[in-house]
Amino acid sequence: MSIPVIGASRSRVDGPDKVTGAAKYTCDRELPGMLHAVVVPSTIAYGRVVSIDDSEARSAQGVVLVMTHRNAPVVDENKVGAQDAKLFLLQSDAVEFDRQPVAVVVARTFEQAVYGADLVRVAYETRAPQMDLDAAEVVEPQQMLGVDLRLRYSQKEKPALDGAHTKIAQLYRTPTEHHNPMETHGTVAAWDGDTLTVYDSTQWAFGVRTRLAGVFKIDPSKIRVIAPFVGGAFGSKGTAWSHVPLAAMAARVTGKPVKLLVTRPQMFGWVGHRPQTEQHFSAGASADGTLVAMLHDARNETSLSDDFVEPCTVFSRDLYAVPHYTMHQELRRLSISKPTYQRAPGESTGGFAVESAMDELAYALAIDPLELRLRNYSEVNPNNGKEYTSKKLRECYAQAAERFGWSKRTATPRSMQRNGMLVGWGMATASRGTHRGDSSARITMQTDGSVVLAVGTIEQGTGSPTVYPQLAAAVLGISADLVRFEWGDTNLPTAPLAAGSQTAASVGSATVLAAQALRDRLASLGGKIPAEGITIDINAKVDESEEERYAQQAFGAHFAEVEVDPDLLHVRVTRFVGAYDVGRVLNAKTAGSQLVGSVVWGISMALYEKTRFDLRTGRIMNATLADYLVPTNADIPNPDVIAVEDDDERVNPAGVRGMGEVAMCGCAAAVANAVYHATGVRVRELPITVEALL
Amino acid sequence: MKGPQATAVTLTINAVPRTLTIEPRVTLLDAIRDYAGLTGTKKGCDQGTCGACTVMVNGRRIDSCLTLAMMHESDAITTIEGIARGETLQPVQAAFIEHDGFQCGFCTPGQIVSAVAMLAEGHALSEDTVRTQMSGNICRCGCYPHIVDAILEAGKPA
Repeated sequence: MSIPVIGASRSRVDGPDKVTGAAKYTCDRELPGMLHAVVVPSTIAYGRVVSIDDSEARSAQGVVLVMTHRNAPVVDENKVGAQDAKLFLLQSDAVEFDRQPVAVVVARTFEQAVYGADLVRVAYETRAPQMDLDAAEVVEPQQMLGVDLRLRYSQKEKPALDGAHTKIAQLYRTPTEHHNPMETHGTVAAWDGDTLTVYDSTQWAFGVRTRLAGVFKIDPSKIRVIAPFVGGAFGSKGTAWSHVPLAAMAARVTGKPVKLLVTRPQMFGWVGHRPQTEQHFSAGASADGTLVAMLHDARNETSLSDDFVEPCTVFSRDLYAVPHYTMHQELRRLSISKPTYQRAPGESTGGFAVESAMDELAYALAIDPLELRLRNYSEVNPNNGKEYTSKKLRECYAQAAERFGWSKRTATPRSMQRNGMLVGWGMATASRGTHRGDSSARITMQTDGSVVLAVGTIEQGTGSPTVYPQLAAAVLGISADLVRFEWGDTNLPTAPLAAGSQTAASVGSATVLAAQALRDRLASLGGKIPAEGITIDINAKVDESEEERYAQQAFGAHFAEVEVDPDLLHVRVTRFVGAYDVGRVLNAKTAGSQLVGSVVWGISMALYEKTRFDLRTGRIMNATLADYLVPTNADIPNPDVIAVEDDDERVNPAGVRGMGEVAMCGCAAAVANAVYHATGVRVRELPITVEALL
Repeated sequence: MKGPQATAVTLTINAVPRTLTIEPRVTLLDAIRDYAGLTGTKKGCDQGTCGACTVMVNGRRIDSCLTLAMMHESDAITTIEGIARGETLQPVQAAFIEHDGFQCGFCTPGQIVSAVAMLAEGHALSEDTVRTQMSGNICRCGCYPHIVDAILEAGKPA
C-alpha cells in the first residue's frame, strides 16, 4: 500500500486563532454560574494531617465550600489501569509528598478562592521523609515494555567485559525534572443530573473519561470529556491527576460548574515529573573499537504508592551491535509524588549515559567518536535480531557530519579556541522506538466535495488540525483546504493517548485507511456523491502479528558546538546540527518545529533543568519558573535540523516512525561531549553547571 | 464577612472603555481575562516569570499579572485582541504563522504583544538583539529560532 508522497510545508490552519488570541484552552472556558476552586497543598512531604481549622476560610466573603478529608464525598482513588497513578482525593489524613492536596476551597471568584485557601490552617504530624536513594526501599520491577528486567550480570557478559582490550565503567546521573508546559493543568467540571461534562487540559480525553468513571463508579457513557487546545503537555497531561476528580467532586457538592486551575508552584506537586536516575554503564571494546560487551544497570526514584520505571536501558538494548549485553533496572521508593513519562522517557536519560560512555570509550581507544559508532553499526535490531522497517542512520551521520564540518575537528580537549573562548565539538546518536496504538476515524464527504475528518485526539502543538487533513487530502487527491478536522472530544471516534511519538502513526494510519475507503466508495458510486454525503467509519486496530515482523525505530545524529568561557566556565551551545530518520514527513514546517523543539529540550536537559529538594524535609526548593531553569530565547542557538529522506512503506499506513521525541534522545550527551572536548572535564551528572566544571 | 468590597473600575482596553466591578486585589491579568472576558492574554505563572500575560500599557510591554487593575484607570491597555487591524493580521502575527513561531500556541499572545512593542522600542534589529529582548517570554515548545525569524522579517523596513 502506498500513498502519494506528502511533506508539503503547510502553515498551521489554527495559526490565525493562535496568533490573535481566539484559540480557546481549558482555562478560557467560562460556564454560567461557574465557581472557582483553589487547591491547598501540603507543606510537609511525609506524615499526616492532625487538624484543619477552616472556620476563617468558610466565613470569608464569597467562599462556598472548603472540602477536606473530613467532608469530601467518598470516591475511589485507587488505580484502574496499570499506568494510572494513585490519586489523592481527600479520602484520608495521610500525606505522602510535598504539595499533596489537603483541601480545596471553592468561591464565587478566583480572588475569593485564593484568599480562602490562604485562610485554611492545617496542622501536621511530620515524619522523616525518605529522600536518600541509597537507603530507600528497593523495588524490583518484573518487566518493562514486555522485557524482563531482572537480568543481572550473567556468567557470559561479565568475563567478556573483564577480558576486553579497553573498557569504561562509570556512573551517570540525571536529575528530577518537571515538565512545566506553559498552560498549567486545569479542569472545568459540570454535572447535569448524573451526567458529567469535563473540559480538561489533557493528552487523552478518553483516558480522563475512563479514570473519572472509576473514581465516581459511573458508566463512561455518562461522562463527556472535551479537550480544547492544549497549551503544551510533554507527558505530564497523559493521565488524569488528582485535580481532575477534585474539580468534579467540588462541582457535585456545590451543584455548580467548577473551574480548578493548578498554579505554577503546584505544578511541582501532584502532576508528575521525570524521575532522577543513577545509571552504572560499562562497555568493553577490542583495540579496533568493536564492542564486546555492555552492562547497563539503572535505578530511578519512585513514590510510596506507585511503581514507575524510567526505561533507561531501552537505549542501550536497541542500538549497537554488541555480542554480550545485560541490563537491569530497579526502583527506589522515596517520599515524593509519582514520577511519570516526560518527553522521550528512557531514551533521553539512558541516551545521556550510553552516548557519554561511547565518547569516553572513543577517547580511551583514540578513535574518532563518529567512527566508533560506525564500527558498531547494527543493520538489525541487536536485541531481537529483527530487520528494521527502515533504518537510515548512516545517512543521518553522514549528512549531519558534513553540514557540521566534523572532519575539521581536532581531537584533543582544549585544542580549539575562538575569540578567547574554549570551543568544543561533540556528537551523539539518537534512537527511539516507534509505537502505535488503535485509533478510529470518521470521514465524511459532502456533495460539494468538502470533507470532514473527525478523530477524538487532541492538539498540543503537534499540528493535528493541519497535518491529518493533509494526509487525507493526499489519499483523496484533493486540496487539503477542502478537509476540515474535528478533534478534542470523547463524542468523536476514539484515539489513543497522544504520547510516545505515536499519534501520527496511530491517528495518521486511521486517517489513511478512512480516506482510502472513502476513495474506493466514491469510485464504486461512479464518482457521484449521494445527497446525504458519504461517511466512512474506520477502526484501525494494530495488527500484533504484523507489528512483530519488523523492528520499528527512529534514529538520528546530533552534532553540538559549545563555547566555554575559560574564566567564568559559563557554557553556551553556539551551533547545533542534527539529522533524523523518522520515516515519512507529513508536513515539513510543523515537523521542523517539533525537531527543533526536541533539540531545545535536549540542550535544556544538558545545561539547565533540575528540581532541587531539601533532603531534610523532602520539600521542593525551586518550584517557580524563576528558580527551575528552562531556556529563554537568548540561551538557544538556531539548531539546523535535517529530516533524511525515508519513504518507509513497511512501518504503518501513514509511513511515520514518530518525531516528537527522537531528537531529544542522546542530545544532552552531544552537549556534554562537546563540553568535555572544550574543557577536558567529563561531567557525568546533569545539568552541567559552572560548579561541575571548576 | 471578611474581604474587600468590589467597586467600579473603568479600563480602556484596545481603545474601548469598559467598566468592571472588581475588588482592589484583582490583577490586571485577571481583570482582562475573567472580568472583561478577553481570554487571549494567558496566565502561565501568575508570578511575573514567564511573560505569557504580556500586554502593552501606554505602548510599554509589561507582565499584567504583576500589577493591580485599578492602578490603570487612565491608561491605554493593548491586548492580543487589539493587535490585528480588523480582519488583517498585523505583520508580526502573519510572520509568526509563516515561520511557524509557535506550536501549542499558549505563550504566543504574549510573544506577539512583546514583539510588537519591542519593534516599536527601536532596537537595532539583529538576531542577537531580538533573542535578548524577547527573553522575558518563555516558550516551552522550543520555538525560539522561529520566533526570531518571524520578528526579523516583520521588523524589516518596508
